[in-house]
Amino acid sequence: MPKKTRDLNWREFFIEQLIRVMGVSAIALVLLIFLFLVREGVPGLFEVPLSNLLGQRWYPTFGIYGFLPLILGSLLVTIGAIALSLPLGLAAAIFMREIAPNSVREVLKPSIEIIAGIPSVVIGFIGIQVVSPLVRQFSGAPTGLTALTGVLLLAYMALPTIISIAEDALDAIPDSYRHAAYALSATQWQTIWRVVLPAARPGIITAVMLGVGRAIGETMTVMMVTGNAARIPLGLDAFLRPVRTMTATIAAEMGEVARGSTHYHVLFVVGLALFVLTFVINLAAALSIFRERRGGGGRFLA
Amino acid sequence: MRIPRYTTQKIAFGIITAAAVGVVIPLVLVIAYIVVQGIGAISWEFISAMPRNGMREGGILPALVGTIWLTIGTALTSIPLGVGGGIYLSEYAPDNSLTRTIRLAIINLAGVPSVVYGLFGLGLFVIFLRFGMSILAGSLTLGIMTLPVIISTTEQALRAVPQSFRVVNASLGGTTWQGIRKVTLRQALPGIMTGIILGLERAAGETAPILFTVAAFFLPRLPHSAFDQTMALPYHLFVISTQVPGMPIQIQYGTALVLLAFVLTMNLLATLIRRYYRRRRQW
Repeated sequence: MPKKTRDLNWREFFIEQLIRVMGVSAIALVLLIFLFLVREGVPGLFEVPLSNLLGQRWYPTFGIYGFLPLILGSLLVTIGAIALSLPLGLAAAIFMREIAPNSVREVLKPSIEIIAGIPSVVIGFIGIQVVSPLVRQFSGAPTGLTALTGVLLLAYMALPTIISIAEDALDAIPDSYRHAAYALSATQWQTIWRVVLPAARPGIITAVMLGVGRAIGETMTVMMVTGNAARIPLGLDAFLRPVRTMTATIAAEMGEVARGSTHYHVLFVVGLALFVLTFVINLAAALSIFRERRGGGGRFLA
Repeated sequence: MRIPRYTTQKIAFGIITAAAVGVVIPLVLVIAYIVVQGIGAISWEFISAMPRNGMREGGILPALVGTIWLTIGTALTSIPLGVGGGIYLSEYAPDNSLTRTIRLAIINLAGVPSVVYGLFGLGLFVIFLRFGMSILAGSLTLGIMTLPVIISTTEQALRAVPQSFRVVNASLGGTTWQGIRKVTLRQALPGIMTGIILGLERAAGETAPILFTVAAFFLPRLPHSAFDQTMALPYHLFVISTQVPGMPIQIQYGTALVLLAFVLTMNLLATLIRRYYRRRRQW
């Protein structure tokens, strides 16, 4: 074999292996994240009895680490945010894919990308300056830093995710479906409501799940505007009271704890719980995408 | 009485249009409001001077420089690994269970909350590898967070290149890697660059991952090395809007404006690249 070709083969082989390693590194990274959360978190599970962790109060200064208020706080703002952003986002997606003329679409698409690009700390800042005074004024609550404020801002931040995936889902429905409906003399709205939307349902469910994942993991905005009182949010006025989420707890307290203390380890347990929670949500969303036979699968990651 | 179906359609379309408009209006309002409130604070001194008097006076230079360094560090970490991963998935990966596992891993990496990346960076880079709170630790943390965006946009950009390009390369005796380097990668470059910029944009604006890995509350000097701590714009905005009492409102809006401008410039750049090359594309 001539020398040049042999060099080429070696280089080709080397590069191919390198690229394969890079591809597989994604799996290694997920494992590594899990490993380090466990490594730093597990001592906490030994130091704090389970009954304490399952308790109803979070009061680390006195060694009381009940997760319940944090979990319920996260759930409250997440569910509120999705309840608000799902109808809005779905409507925006329908508008963009089915109704709007191309020129309007060309304006809307980049705008939604810009919303996704606004840093969460800026949204939190606007929340403090603008949204929370409004909430206080309209609700008559003693403070504007409430779960509702967090819900409003989180809903806005979940919108880009929901809109773009729902739009992908609508886009994946073949035009023949629409033409068939028109041929049966359905109006455009009847077609959307009774044909396109039901057909796109799996994709829309994916959109919701990824929106939930985005909302539950959001940190800075929530920490800045929800008041951060770790109490169990029950009762009708829960939305108008301060609330504290799992993410905000980690972000607010990790800076102040001593490394290696019980509190430090327990915060890693909170992180581990978040990791597992989002892992399950994303896995479910991913599986429903795979089942859909890769209708633009992976596009939502961008 | 049945409502005539064209009336139903009009009502439904009205509601939907209103909702779509309602999504965009806050965006315009937020940006316009920050510009109007913050423009007065912007001066050469504001972006070129150290903060003084407990950050209530002076400029934001160390935060701005810190964010620029972190963005560069993030790029160095995430671009090689991300583009490599994208090439593997698009050009090499067979359709088997390993590849599906990689895809699941990427989807999950994309969904990990940013504050959990912060914990991970603290555990691995700051403590285990003893980098301490440093630009190095922060960049690596942000880089890993950005990875899934870059991998998936690279893969899509490569997949969009028509198969015929690869066939021609093979027919001329080119190896797979030669084809990627000289043909496919070049054709996909605009798409890859757009994805990279959007990924870096997100990293530049993130606060939670740098909280425990690099960000300094107040450090009025420029970083000397990758092992230095630094201030950063997003964290600085968080600090002055929640942690410092008596902070002049104009400085807060000014800082928000600079951060927003930094991030939206990158966004604009990505949009322009995409527009320009889409028009010039030959396939």
